[in-house]
Amino acid sequence: MNPGQENRGNPGQENMGNPGQESRGAAIDLRAISKAYGSFKALDGVSLRIEAGEFMTLLGPSGSGKTTTLNVVAGFTEASSGALEVGGRSVVGVPAHKRNIGVVFQHYALFPHMTVSRNVAYPLALRGVAGAERERRVRQALDMVKMADFGHRFPSELSGGQQQRVALARAIVFDPPLLLMDEPLGALDKKLREWLQLEIKRIHRELGTTFVYVTHDQEEALVLSDRIAVFNRGRIEQIGTGRELYDEPATLFVGKFIGDSTVLRGAAAISGGETAIEIAGQKVATPRRLANGGRPVMLLRPEKLALVRRGASGDGRNRLTGRIGEAIYLGSGSKYEVDLADGSKAIVRSTLEADSFAIGDEVEVLFAGADVKLLADDDKADLSLT
Amino acid sequence: MSASEPTIPAAERRWAWRPYALAMPALVLLLAVIGYPLLTIVLRSLSEPQWGLQNYIWFFSAPINLTVLQRTFVISTWVTLVCVVSAYPYAYLMTAVGPRIRLVLMLCVLIPFWVSGVVRTLSWVILLQDSGVINSILRSFGLGGVRLIRTQTGVVIGMAQVLLPFMILPLYSVMKGIDLRLMRAAQSLGARPFRAFFTIYLPLSLPGVYAGAIIVFILALGFYITPALLGGPRSTMLSTLVQTQVLSLLQWGRGGAMGVVLLVVTFVLLALAAPVMRSRYREAGRR
Repeated sequence: MNPGQENRGNPGQENMGNPGQESRGAAIDLRAISKAYGSFKALDGVSLRIEAGEFMTLLGPSGSGKTTTLNVVAGFTEASSGALEVGGRSVVGVPAHKRNIGVVFQHYALFPHMTVSRNVAYPLALRGVAGAERERRVRQALDMVKMADFGHRFPSELSGGQQQRVALARAIVFDPPLLLMDEPLGALDKKLREWLQLEIKRIHRELGTTFVYVTHDQEEALVLSDRIAVFNRGRIEQIGTGRELYDEPATLFVGKFIGDSTVLRGAAAISGGETAIEIAGQKVATPRRLANGGRPVMLLRPEKLALVRRGASGDGRNRLTGRIGEAIYLGSGSKYEVDLADGSKAIVRSTLEADSFAIGDEVEVLFAGADVKLLADDDKADLSLT
Repeated sequence: MSASEPTIPAAERRWAWRPYALAMPALVLLLAVIGYPLLTIVLRSLSEPQWGLQNYIWFFSAPINLTVLQRTFVISTWVTLVCVVSAYPYAYLMTAVGPRIRLVLMLCVLIPFWVSGVVRTLSWVILLQDSGVINSILRSFGLGGVRLIRTQTGVVIGMAQVLLPFMILPLYSVMKGIDLRLMRAAQSLGARPFRAFFTIYLPLSLPGVYAGAIIVFILALGFYITPALLGGPRSTMLSTLVQTQVLSLLQWGRGGAMGVVLLVVTFVLLALAAPVMRSRYREAGRR
């Protein structure tokens, strides 16, 4: 080997913004991005910074603006206003084909008239990579998604999961510093989806590319992401790790969207540092108060609630009476829906060792004031859950 | 999907003759109005005035016949090309617009289609003649007159207009099945719109181009009224010669031989084109 020889591949090869080996991902900076369609605001001042090599998920119900955000980054949609930088350079006004960003679509979008190999070779051919180098990289990308034996097949001869893996290979074969995925597993069944989630996680680790992943499935977001941005009505409600979103939701919408939750609403009384809420004549209290006003509601996670039979002794915690409305055996424990006296529902998860209850049992729900998340009420938080 | 088609159980196979029974009226009609006359033509070309190949020998020994045969294929090829080039953007536009405009575009294709070919051809006579509308417009711009009527160009223009729907309709039906999101995918992979069109959209639309081209080409080969009315002696097509032989000279055998030669040459050309046209992909990625 000649030590001075650093050029790999063909001398005439175009590298289209391919960064060095050491830092392969690009950071993305969205600042106050808005997108209006007539009077409808699809995006309303979205600001988001994604670090190089990060796995960021855009999570939200349909119509919340997450896919629009992805399309703006990909260059398929031009933002009405705002700044967008990829890898430190503004890409506002740069057409999609010059952005060098990999995109994986929910509908696979494989070219039906090309074999798997030619599909994966397509972005390389556009970049002037030819011959043995092209073959090597196609092979490598197909190996990465475990589809190396399918190169000669046509897309119509593959299952949905196989097609999506080929689409993934095609999107990474040209080493883009950023990979966008728009609900890539949305059309697949649950088992396959769970397996592919782990595959995507592994590929992210091996490549070190920045991944931006759009989904409406909060479990998928928790499995995959370093951080999650929760979208609602064209805005970001909160950005954080899965744990942060679950333990410290910033808004009622986030609290309800991530994981199961019980929301207690009622006449609130604030005295000193304590907030009390009255539910059908029963008072529950928490040693907290809302920092910046608003009508307080209480949000509780299912594992923070305990169930006892009506009249059984409690230990000085908050208690609410109710009746079991639904009992679901989960294997690792049970999940109960309790109809509370005011008509709302409490969701309780209990472990195997705890007492079990049947539908119709009169119970009391117990919880500690310290486990309550006190949030400002927001009537928009409910609408989006349908 | 087609790779693993389930085998049909015996109970269902018992009813396999049913589609044939339903197709019987059409099959009988085809045999009666195509099969029988075709057989008659072949027989008469070999038997009149006496048994033998004299009609075919006559056809290939008279230079005028070969010139006209060649011209028939040249004109048909031009008509097909004009149709492809003008129908392609039109059919694409039909897939790109909303339902209301699409209806208007579809009517624009179909309304001339519902008007008799003779009427349309006579209209072209008025438009194309030396003192006609087209030449008046050209002259008013100081461009001087162009001879259109009784030229090959005039014949091609008239025939292309008559045959255009046969190109637009198959093209549209293929194009509306092409998933336009594939173009977005191609662009994300680095293809300029131009490149994406030539590598993705065009190949996917080719089955429609081939289907339309075959229909137009074959219909053009047998065209009689339009070339007869719009053309001159130098743009005579084979069907005019057949008409002269059969109706004016009562040479049924020679007329039949000309028809058979046209049919055979057409089959040979289609057989040569078939390998190119055979679609190399399966019907995936289509809505």
